[in-house]
Amino acid sequence: MKRSIITAIALASTAFAVSAGEIAPTEVSFSDGTVAESLTGVPGDRESGREIVGSKKLGNCVACHQVSDLSDVPFHGEIGPSLDGAGDRWTEEELRGIVANAKIMFEGTMMPSFYKTEGFIRPGNAYTGEAPDDTFGPILTAQQIEDVVAYLATLKE
Amino acid sequence: MTRTKLISGLIGATLLSTGAAFADPVDDNLIINEEIEIVTRTAAPAHLADALDEVMSGWLFRGTETRAMESDDFDNPGMIFVEKAMDSWETVEGSEGKSCASCHGDAEESMKGVRAVYPKWNDAAEEVRTLEMQINDCRTTRMGAEKWKYTGGDMVNMTALLASVSRGMPINVAIDGPAQSTWEDGKELYYTRTGQLELSCANCHEDNYGKMIRADHLSQGQINGFPAYRLKNTKLNSVHARFKGCVRDTRAETYKPGSPEFVALELYVASRGNGLSVEGPSVRN
Ligand code: HEC
Ligand code: HEC
Repeated sequence: MKRSIITAIALASTAFAVSAGEIAPTEVSFSDGTVAESLTGVPGDRESGREIVGSKKLGNCVACHQVSDLSDVPFHGEIGPSLDGAGDRWTEEELRGIVANAKIMFEGTMMPSFYKTEGFIRPGNAYTGEAPDDTFGPILTAQQIEDVVAYLATLKE
Repeated sequence: MTRTKLISGLIGATLLSTGAAFADPVDDNLIINEEIEIVTRTAAPAHLADALDEVMSGWLFRGTETRAMESDDFDNPGMIFVEKAMDSWETVEGSEGKSCASCHGDAEESMKGVRAVYPKWNDAAEEVRTLEMQINDCRTTRMGAEKWKYTGGDMVNMTALLASVSRGMPINVAIDGPAQSTWEDGKELYYTRTGQLELSCANCHEDNYGKMIRADHLSQGQINGFPAYRLKNTKLNSVHARFKGCVRDTRAETYKPGSPEFVALELYVASRGNGLSVEGPSVRN
């Protein structure tokens, strides 16, 4: 069975298209867990980021994190630290790295990698339980990552 | 990682403001029908000693009303399905003109203790069998009847009947001898981080039980209470249906109910509950 698990790894996301000027999930360059360069070159939109962090259908970050600024959204989880003050604790570059692939900054963390398309074991087609199809891509788009980073940067104590 | 530890101190304070209040398992005892004492927490079995001190039933992580429903068979909606299964226990089906009762007599007598030791190695078949597999083997080879669908209504009802007559007895599945390699496979699956969210069973049910994940209060993911009547879908849910839902929630391609992977995982998860009481059919949200 070991083999059957492993052969399912790394179903590539060949069909996932990256818009012009964007850095593809496989091309992001991390340095000590941080990502210096914007993934799109387009400044992030704080309001859109706020929605992504709170929405179950998008980032669903509140599944694991408390965010006082999102007190209009019911039920915040307590798996990860509160994101209040994240903008004080982390630079934008660090936040981009954490949201794109937290496992580089925090080894072994439970936090999912939101801008990653390779190296999964039995990846599925979103929450259907089925095998992935040719729409398989990162959980958030490059611009959504930028939006989330812009939002987090404004979370000051 | 040290950074996390510093930061996690902040969580307690913010919790109060969002109303996600009940973080830990409750301090409560389950006695069904004022008669059957259920062990809902006990020392972890030896094979788990380096991971957990105590094992706990999912019952301890549910709200007051849900817990109360399970303490009386008149309030437990799962018991309606046990009654249905009692009818099918007596019903002759298949080419051999037999019912379960033809071979096994009174289920309350003959089936007492069976749930507690499944999944279990079967010598003749040289495989680890779940209760569902054994039921289907009886149906096909002894009754000459059709198999039941692995997670179908007839099947889950029958497993509820078999669980109900063992309530209060300690789960005691064997993990050594010929079952050991299946158990090892199950253990590997338990700790494998699957899907696009890269989450293992252990991430949620070993490392974070007692905490809220969005609106859900994480338990240890024990299966001593199965099948479980869920208020959410108002039906009895089998172990493999629950596994499938949890794996799906990691954005993974799931395994199939009845697959060798889920059979192995069931043996492993059952063994994590060795010492807890058989509690099914339980009530969960
Ligand atoms: C399944 C749980 C989970 C989800 C979902 C999740 N995180 Fe995290 N996150 C964690 C954990 C756990 C940590 C702590 C890091 C560690 O493991 O050491 C963390 C750490 C962080 C940190 C650094 C901690 C700090 O100082 O504030 C930030 C920022 C963060 N997450 C942002 C996000 C954002 C934004 C999202 C959604 C796009 C998200 N997280 C989704 C679990 C999660
Ligand atoms: C992303 C988090 C997550 C992961 C990963 C996960 N589960 Fe769960 N599981 C839940 C939640 C939430 C519930 C409902 C609340 C509870 O009982 O913990 C649940 C419930 C359960 C239950 C029901 C417990 C009861 O008493 O009713 C079982 C059994 C279970 N999980 C087993 C597993 C197994 C086995 C795996 C791995 C294949 C797994 N879970 C992976 C979140 C998860």
